[in-house]
Amino acid sequence: MVTLTPGYATHSSKDAKKDMSYAQTISSGEVRKNRNMLADLCIRIVKEKPLGLVGAVFIFAAIVLAILAPVLTPFDPNQVNIGDRLLPPSSHYLLGTDNQGRDLLTRILFGGRISLIVGFAAPAITGVVSLIIGIATGFMGGKFDIIVQRFVDAWMAFPGLMLYLLVMSIFGGGLVQVVMVLGIAGGISGSRTIRSAVVGIKENVYVEAARAIGGSKRHLMMSHILPNIVPMVIILFTMHMAGAILAEASLSFLGFGVPPPNPSWGGMLSGAGRKYMEQAPWMALWPGLCLSLVVYSVSMLGDAVRDILDPRLRGGIGRYSNARVGREVKNIRQRRGL
Amino acid sequence: MTSYLIRRLLLMVPTILFVTIMVFMLIRIVPGDVITMMAQRGEGGTAVEYGITEDQIKEMLGLDVPIHIQYFRWLGNILHGDLGKSLWSTRTVIDELKSRIPVSVELGILALIIGQLVAFPVGIYSAIRQDSFGDLTGRSLAIAFLCIPAFWLATLLMVYPALWWKWMPASQYVSFFQDPLGNLAVFIWPALIMGLHSSGVTMRMTRTMMLEVLRQDYIRTAWSKGLKEHIIIIRHGLRNALIPVITIVGMQIPVLIGGVVIIEQIFNLPGMGRLFLESLTTRDYTMLSGVNLFIATFVLVNNLGVDLTYGYLDPRIRYT
Repeated sequence: MVTLTPGYATHSSKDAKKDMSYAQTISSGEVRKNRNMLADLCIRIVKEKPLGLVGAVFIFAAIVLAILAPVLTPFDPNQVNIGDRLLPPSSHYLLGTDNQGRDLLTRILFGGRISLIVGFAAPAITGVVSLIIGIATGFMGGKFDIIVQRFVDAWMAFPGLMLYLLVMSIFGGGLVQVVMVLGIAGGISGSRTIRSAVVGIKENVYVEAARAIGGSKRHLMMSHILPNIVPMVIILFTMHMAGAILAEASLSFLGFGVPPPNPSWGGMLSGAGRKYMEQAPWMALWPGLCLSLVVYSVSMLGDAVRDILDPRLRGGIGRYSNARVGREVKNIRQRRGL
Repeated sequence: MTSYLIRRLLLMVPTILFVTIMVFMLIRIVPGDVITMMAQRGEGGTAVEYGITEDQIKEMLGLDVPIHIQYFRWLGNILHGDLGKSLWSTRTVIDELKSRIPVSVELGILALIIGQLVAFPVGIYSAIRQDSFGDLTGRSLAIAFLCIPAFWLATLLMVYPALWWKWMPASQYVSFFQDPLGNLAVFIWPALIMGLHSSGVTMRMTRTMMLEVLRQDYIRTAWSKGLKEHIIIIRHGLRNALIPVITIVGMQIPVLIGGVVIIEQIFNLPGMGRLFLESLTTRDYTMLSGVNLFIATFVLVNNLGVDLTYGYLDPRIRYT
């Protein structure tokens, strides 16, 4: 926003032109920022958050490896080959084989597909579900809000894994089921965050103004509330990625996730991985290592995204000095009554 | 304060009602009917061989009436303090819970203690020596603990020490009153894994809050008064920094006590998490409802307690 100074009229025409172009760059800059919030976010991660960048690069590498899995390996992930069972890592089988003679590297590459699909699809559903519930309850308020919030309370009273196990045993194991269950379950609890943000935004003067000039509810929600919620949804997405990947692994570990023989990192660690640990300890090593690495990368990226988009929640790994600056700005604003 | 408490307790009533509905209904739509399982399975011959029909089993278990009547019957019994009987054994749900709760609570408390013993010193050190080598190490460890799945760590603990040193963590549960040391030997490993995992969260929170507090004006005043560093850190800094941290710790309690299905499974501990898994696989409706109801209520009460403690520790917070 550029305010024109009283001295503007006395400027020479050259100065006026300069001011005009300045005003234009500012306003066009703002427009560009609004349009490309994601691009802006990416640029800031690259510039300001080295750890977040490392995480992003790892995730990208994992995605590439998972997509190219059939090209990268000559083996079939599910092809049983009893003659080659429990072989240690060698030049032929880089990470060794499991109890059914399947190449571990191949299974890890294909297992990565499942972890990554869950890691991206479940938080996406989480975002949509929490957006719907959060905006509806936060915007409407009243009895509807109170009742739905009690349901959310009840939902959040169950420890996550127990709830997932219960719901998974209703729908049976499978990738689609895992994604849906983790996504919807996360969305119901995530709606709390969105709701409180909506309640806060609703009180802003510009929403009041939009209502005063006769904006419909739909207009208020779509044009004034939703754009302000988008950063929250992105934070929710990145923060849920690690949880979803870990939850899928835990479910598969307990036999409630992606059913065998499909390779899943959690499933590879359970059962056979422990049964044959004396002959083939590498079976328990690699899937867990990959899992930890992916979860680490996702958490780093999530922290970076949160730090950039939500200054209030700083508590991550990034730059703590920023938190102080942000707080001081807030203090100054408060002192001035802004 | 009183009116806040009353309002919170009143709000808990519909929540718990929702919990009971969820617990009751969700479990009953799990496919794989307990009746069919019972008719086909049994010691010394299946029910079918004894000439007992499925209808008769249903009647014995009280599953012959419509589901909403079952629900209200169950709810009525709960109000009388009766959670029902296991469908498979003659044990009541309350008895079973009584034998499982101490295990879960012991594990949870041990994990909580270990977690805080690691988290506080490292978190405080990280804050007062910000950006030093120790700070970086501590922060990296905190993140590593958060990202390494507990069940993988547990698996590794089972595999590699056995391979290298022929040592395995004890995994035969003994009661604390029979053999305190043996009991501790069983619990220490799962508690360590859970504790380290939960310490990551607390460590990061402690560090952030300490950093924030240490930049306050009153800390500068304390320095200029010439107070010793440890007094400033502990009395002026830590006491103020810990308020939000304690909330975070309080939030972890239900997870550490009620939600440790996998660790209890790996280390063979007969706690509530395993009871849950066992009843889920055998479709023991009453047991499953009982366990879930207990845990959910515990979580709700715990969260209320956390909120109240927060207000007690920080007098600036007013409940309205």
